[in-house]
Amino acid sequence: MKAATTSRPAVPALRTHDLAVGYRSRRQRRAVLERVNLAVDAGELVCLLGPNGIGKSTLMRTLARMQPALWGSVELGGIALESLSASELARRLGVVLTERVAVESLRARQVVDLGRYPHSGWLGGLSDRDHEVVSWAIEAVGAHHLADRDFARISDGERQRVMVARALAQEPLMLLLDEPTAFLDVPSRVELMGLLRHLTRQGPLAVIISTHDLELALRTADVVWLVVPGGELITGAPEDVVLSGGIAQAFEGRQVRFHAEERSFRWLTGGRGTAAVRGEGLPAAMARAVLEREGYTVVVAPSTAETLVLAVGETGWHLSSDEADVSGHNFRSLAAYVRGLPSKARKETES
Amino acid sequence: MATAFLLSLALGSTNVPVGRVLEVLRGSPTERDGAAIVVEAIRLPRSLTALLAGAALGIAGLQMQTLFRNPLADPFALGISSGASLGVAIVVLGSGMSVAAAFGTSTGLRGDALLIGAAIAGALAVLALVLVVSSRVASPTTVLILGLMFGYAASAMVTVLVGVSSPERLMQLAQWGFGSFSGVTWQRLRLFAPLTIVGVCLAAAMTKQLNALLLGESYARSMGVAVRRARVLTMFGASMLGAVVTAFCGPIAFLGIAVPHLCRGLLGTSNHRVLVPAVVLMGGSVALIAQIVSLLPGSAGILPLNAVTSIIGAPVVVAVLLRSRRGAFAG
Repeated sequence: MKAATTSRPAVPALRTHDLAVGYRSRRQRRAVLERVNLAVDAGELVCLLGPNGIGKSTLMRTLARMQPALWGSVELGGIALESLSASELARRLGVVLTERVAVESLRARQVVDLGRYPHSGWLGGLSDRDHEVVSWAIEAVGAHHLADRDFARISDGERQRVMVARALAQEPLMLLLDEPTAFLDVPSRVELMGLLRHLTRQGPLAVIISTHDLELALRTADVVWLVVPGGELITGAPEDVVLSGGIAQAFEGRQVRFHAEERSFRWLTGGRGTAAVRGEGLPAAMARAVLEREGYTVVVAPSTAETLVLAVGETGWHLSSDEADVSGHNFRSLAAYVRGLPSKARKETES
Repeated sequence: MATAFLLSLALGSTNVPVGRVLEVLRGSPTERDGAAIVVEAIRLPRSLTALLAGAALGIAGLQMQTLFRNPLADPFALGISSGASLGVAIVVLGSGMSVAAAFGTSTGLRGDALLIGAAIAGALAVLALVLVVSSRVASPTTVLILGLMFGYAASAMVTVLVGVSSPERLMQLAQWGFGSFSGVTWQRLRLFAPLTIVGVCLAAAMTKQLNALLLGESYARSMGVAVRRARVLTMFGASMLGAVVTAFCGPIAFLGIAVPHLCRGLLGTSNHRVLVPAVVLMGGSVALIAQIVSLLPGSAGILPLNAVTSIIGAPVVVAVLLRSRRGAFAG
């Protein structure tokens, strides 16, 4: 699908021309990704997705100039990446990495202060404006309660938040985050992604995140770059990419299938037949989840369910069939009961 | 520090009252007696040397610890002191069997000058090797390990030399290995002082880079640090300081590790803008105190300086290790 032509800024925050990324040894160049043509506009949140070892990190490192491009070019705010000096680059691009930063006896605010590096003089003294920017960055990531705490004594999620503030203090056009959520627990992941989305809405900042958190990325991103096996790059809104079948192509294996409508993955378990659930709300949804996990295909209409029909209410579950009349009041007992049932094949021969 | 400085001038095999010391320092001794001469000719250069050497080792240790993000790095992490020892060993031990005997057998000024020259040459040889290799290696950890390997190689060569040497020469080498601030006369201070001051100023001028390097080389680069240049400059500066001190005073252990940790612990910060001046003061003071302690036996003789610094240093390193178990440097 072609992107709709709305009012776009003249110069994209980032653009690549026939970029090839990979590794060079003395004699040869080994490209991991080739002919990469990408553009990111100010205010966009981009998620880079793809299976392990397919070149996501290599691409991210090349965009951050942490390794040289093999061929082609990268432009940052309309200027070729390689023509920028180290501090010019740092004033255009802020980076947050996966690695845990181990530093002793430094307050969170002092870590954010370090982000003023490319703006301060050779001794690193900070002006009033520098301090203002630091305070703004801390405020922007909602970390003012952390500012005076020891950086080594806050949680992983809080630390990444502070590292984002530090990158913001560079006042860049663009943030590049390489798997920033890898060490974080689920709420911290969602919060960090929400924060990044919020930041792109606040100003002309563009954000690129590489992540393994597919479901969260599909929910949060404006644009998805998906690297599929073979090195092809599929780009578009998350919904475009889902519709193209790229997600399935990139991630499905023998054990998992991507459920496009729910934008989540499902186990592929042996067909134990079709089942339906009578009931309402969350209890019914949970009961369907149990049946799916145990290998049933759950259908909506009880009349089309061939194997079993389950009734769920506030007090528990109830299963009645020709052979049995069973009930229980938690899902553990339901799961245990259906695991004990004979498989579909045998049931069919019986009936 | 001022107190320690005065004490170091006052105490010794003959004690001079502090009042007299101040008089001598003001340049208005009422009478030029033996005490005044002792203070002026022996103790003042010795104390100044201790001050400078302590500051230099502390700063070099701080630089190495930050650069390698390793709490146990010290000025000699790159094998500098082993290189210096090798140089000295070659001169001291080799002199008996070679033409260099012309210099080596004389225990006077020339012999000492030769020792200093040899130590600097040995240290610089190792430093040059490490710098050449490190400009081709990406990982700081690899550089650190290479430095250690060079150090081991140099130490092994010293051992080989020791194995084939006469006892008197071994004694001379051991004496050097004890470490001492007393060997630096006014004349040598003229070379020693500028070198250490330049090295300390280099570190002071790089506090911005050192602070950024606290987050690791990748982050430092992303914030605009010219990482390779900063690394080579820091290694060069720190190693120069280590080499100069080693050459003039012998391989003085532990000050380099312990002083930065003492400062970090006392001040509760890793900010180099605070740490650099603090380490200079603390390093100077600790060296002076070690110097005073080494003279405590009074007329009975002197304790080897290295024994004193290690007695102070070892508990500090142990404490730091125990603290880092609790997570200070973990992860």
